[in-house]
This record gives sequence, structure tokens and C-alpha cells, in this order.
Amino acid sequence: MRDFGYQRAHDVPGAVALLGADPDARYLGGGTNLVDLMKTGVERPALLVDVRELPLDGIESTDDGGLRVGATVTNSDLAAHPEVRRRYPALAEAVLAGASGQLRNMATVGGNLLQRTRCGYFTDLSKPCNKRTPGSGCSAVEGEHHNHAILGATAHCVAIHPSDMGVALTAFDAVVTYETVDGPGQSPLAEFYLPVGETPHLETALPPGALITGVTLPPAPVAARSRYRKVRERASYAFAIGSIAGALDVRDGVVREVRVAFGAVASRPWRAREAERVLTGGPATAEAFAAAADAELAAAEPLADNAYKVTLTRNLVVALLTELTEEAAR
Amino acid sequence: MTTTTGPTKVTGAVGAAHTRVEGRDKVTGAARYAGEIPFADLAHGWLVLSTIARGRVTSVEAEPVLAMPGVLTVLHHGNAPRVDVDYQGLLGSPDPVVGVFQHDRVPFAGWPVALVVAETSEQAREAAESLVVHYDQEPHDIAFSAAHPGSYTPEADGMRTQKGDLEAQLAASTHVVDAEYTTPEEHHSPMEPHAATARWDGGRLDVVDSNQGSSWVADELSKVFSLDPGSVRVRSEHVGGAFGSKGLRVHQVLAAMAATVLDRPVRVVLTRRQMFSLVGYRSPTTQRVRLGAEPDGRLRALDHQGLSLSSTIHEFIEPSAGFGRPMYDADAHHTHTRVVRLDVPTPTWMRAPGEAPGSFALECALDELAEKCGVDPIALRLRNEPEVGPVSGLPFSSRNLSGCFEEGARRFGWAERDPRPRVRREGRWLIGTGMAAATFPVLVGPATAGVTAEADGTFTVRIAAADVGTGARTALTLIAADALEVAPERIRVRVADSDFGFAMIAGGSMGTRSWGWAVTAAARELRDKLVPGGDIPAEGITAKADTGALLGTLAQKERHSYGAQFAEVAVDVASGEVRVRRMLGIFAAGRIINPLTARSQLTGGMIWGLSMALHEEAVRDQATGAPVGPDLAGYHVAAHADVPHIEADWVDDPDPDDPVGIKGIGEIGIVGAAAAIANAVWHATGVRHRNLPIRPDRVIEDRATEAGGSGA
Amino acid sequence: MAPSTSSALTLNINGEKHTLTVDHRTTLLDALRERLDLTGTKKGCDQGQCGACTVLMDGRRAVSCLQLAVAAEGREITTIEGVADGDRLHPVQQAFLDLDGLQCGYCTPGQICSALGVIQEHAAGWPSAATTDVRPEAGVPELTAEEIRERMSGNLCRCGAYVSIVQAVAEAARAEEESA
Repeated sequence: MRDFGYQRAHDVPGAVALLGADPDARYLGGGTNLVDLMKTGVERPALLVDVRELPLDGIESTDDGGLRVGATVTNSDLAAHPEVRRRYPALAEAVLAGASGQLRNMATVGGNLLQRTRCGYFTDLSKPCNKRTPGSGCSAVEGEHHNHAILGATAHCVAIHPSDMGVALTAFDAVVTYETVDGPGQSPLAEFYLPVGETPHLETALPPGALITGVTLPPAPVAARSRYRKVRERASYAFAIGSIAGALDVRDGVVREVRVAFGAVASRPWRAREAERVLTGGPATAEAFAAAADAELAAAEPLADNAYKVTLTRNLVVALLTELTEEAAR
Repeated sequence: MTTTTGPTKVTGAVGAAHTRVEGRDKVTGAARYAGEIPFADLAHGWLVLSTIARGRVTSVEAEPVLAMPGVLTVLHHGNAPRVDVDYQGLLGSPDPVVGVFQHDRVPFAGWPVALVVAETSEQAREAAESLVVHYDQEPHDIAFSAAHPGSYTPEADGMRTQKGDLEAQLAASTHVVDAEYTTPEEHHSPMEPHAATARWDGGRLDVVDSNQGSSWVADELSKVFSLDPGSVRVRSEHVGGAFGSKGLRVHQVLAAMAATVLDRPVRVVLTRRQMFSLVGYRSPTTQRVRLGAEPDGRLRALDHQGLSLSSTIHEFIEPSAGFGRPMYDADAHHTHTRVVRLDVPTPTWMRAPGEAPGSFALECALDELAEKCGVDPIALRLRNEPEVGPVSGLPFSSRNLSGCFEEGARRFGWAERDPRPRVRREGRWLIGTGMAAATFPVLVGPATAGVTAEADGTFTVRIAAADVGTGARTALTLIAADALEVAPERIRVRVADSDFGFAMIAGGSMGTRSWGWAVTAAARELRDKLVPGGDIPAEGITAKADTGALLGTLAQKERHSYGAQFAEVAVDVASGEVRVRRMLGIFAAGRIINPLTARSQLTGGMIWGLSMALHEEAVRDQATGAPVGPDLAGYHVAAHADVPHIEADWVDDPDPDDPVGIKGIGEIGIVGAAAAIANAVWHATGVRHRNLPIRPDRVIEDRATEAGGSGA
Repeated sequence: MAPSTSSALTLNINGEKHTLTVDHRTTLLDALRERLDLTGTKKGCDQGQCGACTVLMDGRRAVSCLQLAVAAEGREITTIEGVADGDRLHPVQQAFLDLDGLQCGYCTPGQICSALGVIQEHAAGWPSAATTDVRPEAGVPELTAEEIRERMSGNLCRCGAYVSIVQAVAEAARAEEESA
């Protein structure tokens, strides 16, 4: 680990000013991903600006009935918050499905959105990786990739985004707000993560030096009936090999509104808009759910060893939406 | 001065539950492990490993690193002192990897190429990560498969046994199973990384280490550095898990080498990632099992062929094919172990080497045979109980496998089991149960022990035993208490100091048996020395015993522990998730010294079996030959949420030839556990899983509509 | 102008203030173990993947291997050395000892600190991934064995002491509830 300077910021303008446009500086939140990456040598910052004490730790209702979550709210506080659990239960479930109790106590909302892939090649400096070292090649395409992307990947990178929280936020049309030296900005989560293309090292639409200040959840009555399911290779404390956030408003057997997002299938949380389009206005049956999943997954391009993810994701769509339908009928 | 042997005789410590004597230190954080003993002027070493899998080191660019803050030295093949690895130790010749920096060859990815020593660990780490090493790379071969042309039968004893005409018996069989099973590369992953601090102290090399045998490691270090055996002292008071991985490894050699070069104490701690290349592992196996049986399940033919891998520099054999030798009779009984040498690190002993993967294959094959014969799996096994060793013809010292089946079946509710697969469903879960049998050899090794009657009426036992979490310290306390006929509170057991003399290692499930024997013998000697009512001088009265000569007189017998494993699983074929809902293990494993810690050790072994069945798998990158994701997020061991309530218990089975009746319980718990789970997964789903681990992607079924019936 | 790469700071550990100068790279874990001789907190992976280094920060459990020491200034830190009340073991420690919720002991301090956090988090009404219905109107989930297993899953135990650890946490939680 390279030695580095450390500054603790006390207000947002101060934090942004401290970081400036220094490409070798990083904001430090909970540190659960950044410090780990510094230990493996993937990140070698010269300066850390500690933003944990910024006054961004609130969760408040917005005037229109949405929710605003500050960037330094811990994962634990987000998942425990009564309004999150009442209005966006899938978000609480997604957060609780991630990491461990200790890590959720440390990790922040802002940091969660910026966490890096857990691809074993990305975190190992001895192996080629286009995301870590542009132009060095992707080791996973021909190598170990059974937990890599089936959607939206390119030959340049097949890594997946590891977040659970982000999957639920994506389903609920969350908007990321940030601050730069030039003032505030915002980005819908749907546009926040950049397509992989030929530049997998460019991951988000954040301007250089920008500090995430929070996430805004628009009002979404459908979210009150939502769930998150995560499948992984042990029962807890592991990253997903497939996950789904779903919300469903079904009346008289007809889908009025539906939200579906997938995790562990792409370089970003994957909003299943095609599936939603196919389902809306149609019957809430297992056959319809499967057909909608197939419509979304028609674009899937599995690698040699991860075709099971297509099946898994499809099965999760059917299982979760069926469950929500049964709950609505009760 | 006090009298020691009063009129009251106290016995009964052995067999009564006793909390760990060092337990209080462990729950308060007071227990210090290898990397936690403070030393003045301590320097920190950080290893640099090769990034290529085969070739030569052409240069180590040490100069820029030596200029970095705090850096004291960079050791590599160009400047390291000479050491010797051409010797025979307790367990044969060492893995040549411990001969660090003796040449420029790189035989596998993760080979030690340099050690950076600095004033602080932060400085050492950054310097090590900055060190540039140039290589001349050669093509490597790490592809392990049954079809590898380089496989061969090792020359070691017991690689091949043949009784009867296999092909003829197979041809004459009504039912035949012929299946291939595979197990992946598995890593010990003790929670405490390997750590050693070495210093020169009054002309002696003094090493604080974490190992499975302090006198063993001291002896090996004396050979590596060509020192008098008495001039190396190794202590290893607390050990944070070992499982076969903590013998002589590179960290002790590096610490001693650097301490010699710098003439100050040096600590070397392996990182979790480095452990995946440097402390051994369990070889992957491919195994072919052929069984032929009469209609009632009686075996006419048993053929078990196992292939494992080793490095190009050292032959280590994972003898998976040997599992069935003391287990089942058959008219034709063949076992054959082969090995193939690849550009990978050398594997080593890992909890139940041979028996763990071997039992998975054979006990699954027997379940398949039971299905074909329409015979209950327990009945099938009982039908093939041997009178004498099926291969050796030797008598059994004791064998109570049937008692394990009986007690296990009763407690598990086996009689009510519907043998048909895939007929039980609870919501999204298919439910199934399975069983398997277990065995592990009963071994013993020599040990020396000293017992001192102290002037204050207490007794001190000194033995270079290792308590790697087994509860050995507590067990020896109870054994000594009964041997001396005093309460355990009057016994103090000091372990893991090579100055106490040679003692067998904590391995092969023979630690407590070997040490208990010596402690019992020394206690007897002491009681002979003590005059009833007599005075004890201030320095105490000490008696010593060495069991080396005694053990040679043990008669040749089939000596084994046995066990029956039961598991119930729930499987969601839509997601591929498998959850174990309960496990029961009943063991015939000798006299149980301390039921509290014995139960922990047995359930711990069963959890290893669960972890092996469902989670553990190390993956190597074919392109670089190096492990992918070599850490505890990439290599999954079972977590709390994976582990249901698990019961372990035992039937009476004291070893008639052991002074205390011990057989050993360290490894039997894992044996058969993975097979019981795999058999239960078949019972739940109707699908045989012959490749471990039983990952979701192997279980998942493409039947979304049917599987979508009921949610979480 | 290169920023300073070390800082003088005061850490509040087990109610005592410790003043020291740390390299910014020093984690709280290494500061405890290598600078302050508080070696009860263990280093199992150094990457947040095992939980052996769990401590309490401002009453909440955290992994000290991913916590930079310099960033821990101002926080109240409790390590395993601060859990007992003098010679009297904390009920969680006592339950681990009595029920043999340990084998090699290396993960034990982390398990115990984590258990303290679990009991507090449950008392605060937090749901977990094992909670069937996370909505507040569903009430506080009972601290069943399944809930304990999920909540303790950030603490790996390679010896496989899980069964008795869960029993120990349940017993300590029950005792705490009864005494409250």
C-alpha cells in the first residue's frame, strides 16, 4: 500500500475543495471496498478525504412522498429505517442480503454505489484486466467466469456489479445527487453506470472530483409490495450469482404496474424494462412471467460457463413475481 | 513443603465434560498466538511470490526497494544464505519449497522469489509490492484430468491392492455401478494465518510459531539450517487452526534466515492470499468406482481407482482409493491410486487425507448400488460387513460400525424413510435424506512426557503436544488427573515447547492417543517415585516417560474408527440452492476423554464435510496457472447460515490396546459427511451429483413454470 | 506539496485514551495489535472476509481490518479486552466458555464482539435477511437460531464451532432479555 495523506472533511463544499480535481485523491466513506482495494494494490491514492462525518446521514421523506437518503447513511441504518421497510421493503431486503452485519455498519450508501467488481482478475495485479489496466486484455472471457455477465458485456470486460442495494434502487428509479466544485448535479441511476463498450475502466457518469451527496427515491406506491431475492454459493456473506428486485401491483389477475431489476448479470444493476413492458396490462400468471423473462433475456450472451444464469434469472422472475401475486391475493 | 499423595483418590475425570482449560484466555483475548508475542527491535518480513507458473527468475531489482523508507534487506536467490532440504524428517523428505531462494527456477505460480524486511509491516508491504522481478517464462501445464497422459502409479507402499478376479466378478454381477466422481482443490484455510517470529538468543535459534508439532518443526529447522538439534527451540502455545497445513513451511525458514542475516528478531506472517500458494492444500481427485453385486446387494466386485496431482518438485499422494480397504468385503476387491505431476504447488495432508474424497466417491457409489438393488442403504452396507480386514486378512482391534448404524438410524428416524426420490416438497424446497459410512485409521506415535509433583501439591505436565483447537490441553489434563488420581484442578499442562522433548504431531488423529499414552506412563513413573505422605522439595519431583519402545510391541491388527453419517437437505431446483437441514453423526471412535470438546471436534468435522459438499472449490486460471480469487470471499467455507443444528454422538468402543482406550477423533467427522449430503440431494431431486461442490449452477433446472409454484 | 503521510492522534479504546502517531496506512487492527499490544483482536484475512477482527465502534460491530486507524479518532472503540467486567466474564463470554462455542479460539474474540452487536441490533428492532417480513408493522423478529445464524454469518469459524456458538449467543441473549 502506497503511503498517502489524510484529511477529514466537515462540510460538503470543504470536501469537494479538498479533493479538487486530483486524480490521485479519493473520498473515504466506510472504507469497506476502498481500503480493501488499496491493500490489493488496485487503488493507490495519494490522498484520502474522509467524508464519513459530513452531515449527509439523514433519511427524510420528500414533499412528493418519496425518500431522500444521505450519502453517508450506513447500510445498516438504511435497512433498519421504518420508512424504507414500509415503502420500499425490497430495498431493505437487498441491503440486508449484502455483506455482513459488521460491513453494513461501516459501508455507506454513496460508497455502495461506487463499489468495484469482485472479478478475481480485477483484484489480482498479476493478471491482465482491462478494467484495472486498460488495454491489458480481459482474462475472464477465456478464463474463470462462471459468475460473470450475461447481459451488456463486451469482449473488453465481462465483470459484474456486486451491489445488492443498487438493484433495488434501480427498480425504484432512484436518482443520484452529487456535488462538484461547480455546484450540484444529479443522475438517474439508470444512466449513472456507463455502458461497458471499449472502456470498462470508465464506470460512472460522475464528473471528476464529484462527491455523491445522496440518493432520491421517487414516490412509488407499487414498491410497498416488493421483494428482493438473492442466490449465492453459500447461504450468507457471499456475493450474488443471481438476484432480483421485484414490485408488483396486480388487480383482478391483471398486472397494473411492475418493476423488475436483476443483479449479478451485468456491469450494472439491470433494469428489466422489456420484461416490465411485456407484463404490464397482461395476466399475472407463471407463464406470463416466464415469457416476460424470456423477452428480457433474449439479449443475453452467456459465456462458456455461465449460461446457467439465464435459467436462474428466468426462474427468479417467475418465483418472485408469483410470490408477489400470491401475497396480493391474500 | 506439602504432602502430595494424600489418602483421597480422585478419578473419573476422563469421560466427564470439562470446559477448555485455556478457554478463559480465549474468550477474553488474553491467549496469544504466534504473531502476537512482543519482541524488542522486531523487524517485519513480507514475501514476494512469482507471478509465472514455470520458468526462471532472471533478475530481482532490489536496489530501488532498498532505498525505500524502513527497508532493511531484500533476500532472494542471489544473496540468500544456503540451506539444506535434502534430508529425511519425521514424515519423509520436506516439500522443497521450504528451501527458499536457493536457485532461480520457478516451478509454480506463487513460488517465493524474495523477502523484503523492514522496520514496520506497512513499509515491508509497500516495498514488497514495489519490487520488480523479471522472469524467463516457460509454458506450463496445470490441467488436471483423468485422461492426463502423465499419470503414474507411485512407488510408495499401498498404492495398489488386488484381491480376486475383478472383471470376472463384475461380469457375474446382477447389478453394476460404474461411475466417475470428482472433488476439487480444497484449502485448509485455518483462521490464523501462518506466522513465525525468529531470533537468536544465547546461541540458540528461538522461534515462536503456529504449528502442529513444536519438536517436529524444531527438528526440521535444525536440519534445514544444519544446526545441532538442541540449538533450535520452537514454541507454539496457541494455534489458530491447522488441519494439516501447519508443519514446516516457508515462513519459519524465512524468519530464521532473515533473523540470521539481520541479527535481530524478524516476524514473517503469510497473507491470506499467500496461503493459497504456500501452505499446501488437498489435491483435486478424479475417482472411478465400479461395484458389482448380487440381487440382494452382496458385493462380488469393488474397484476404486483414484487420481490426484502433485507438483513437479515433490510427490505427495492423496490416497483416495484406499478408503474401502477396511470397509467392505467383496470377492474381488481392487484399489489403485495414481498421481500426475503438474506445474502447481505441492498438496499436503488435509483433514482425513484420502478418506475425505475417497469416502465421497465410494459411499455415493454404494447409494447408487442400493438404489439399483432396491435395498436400503444401511442394509446394503451391513450385508457387506467383513469378518476380517477385506484386503489384509488381519483381525479388527474392534469394529462397531453396525452399532453406529443402529443408533444413528434410530435417532435420525431412518426407518420411516420413503426410499423413492423426489417425492417430498415443502414450498419451493424438495426434501431428501441420505446416509453414508465413515472410517479412519487408528494410529499412534512416540512421545516423551514429564510430570512433576510440585511442592504446593499441584502437578505440572510437560509435553510437546499441540493444541490446535482440539482440546488436547484439556484432554491431557483429564488423563493426567486420572493417572495421578487427583482432581483436574491440581494439574497444569504445558504444551508446545520443543525443549520438552520429542512428541508426535497433532495429525493423523493420533495426537491425544500418542500424548495420552506418554502422560499416563510418566504419571505412573511419578507415582512410583513418590513416597506416600513424603515431602516434595522446592524444585518438585519429576518423572519422565518415552513411549518409543512400547509402541513397537503393538500387534498387527486392523485398527480403525467407524461412523455413520446422516443428513437431511432441502433443494430448490429453480435457484439451485441446497440447504442442509440437519445432520447426525454416530461414531465408534474409542474412549471419549472429554465429551464437551469431543462433540465440538466431531461436529466440526461434519461441518467440514458439509462445506466440502456444497461450497469449497479453489479455481486455477489456465492462462497464468495461478489461483483465481484466492481469499475467503473467493474460496467459500461454510458460514453460520449454512450450518443447521448438527448432532454428534458415539457408541461405546474403547480401544483394547490403548492404556486409556483412545482411538482418535480429529478426522472421522468429515469422512462420509459429503457423501451423506450428496445422497440426500439425490433423494430430494432424483439427480446424482458426482462432482463436488454441489454448486447452484450444477443443481439448477430449466423448468421455470413448474418451479415457480410457491415463493420463499 | 506532498501531504503528511502520518498523524498524531488519540484513540479511545475500552474507555482509555491512547495517544500515538500512526502511518496513515495503519489499520485500526494493526494499531491495536502492533502498536498498543491489544492482540485479542485477530487478523484472519485482512480483507473484511472473515470477521476475526470484529470490534465495536460507538457500540456497533465493525471489522477493524478495513478501518484506518487515523479515521477512527473520535470513535469509542471496544475490543475483546474491554468486554469483561474486571475478572467477571460478560454473559456472552461465559456462554461461549460453558457451551464450548470455540475450538482453536482464533475467531472467538470476533465472534463474541459480533454477538454483542447482534444482541444490541436485535434489541433495537433491526430485521435481518432471515426475517420473513421486514415491514415495521410485522414487528420485531424473534431471535431464533435461524436469525442468529444469519446475523452471525460475517464471522467465519473454520473449526466449525457454529452449533455451539449459536447456542451460546441464544443463551446469552435470553439471559440479557430476562435481566432487562
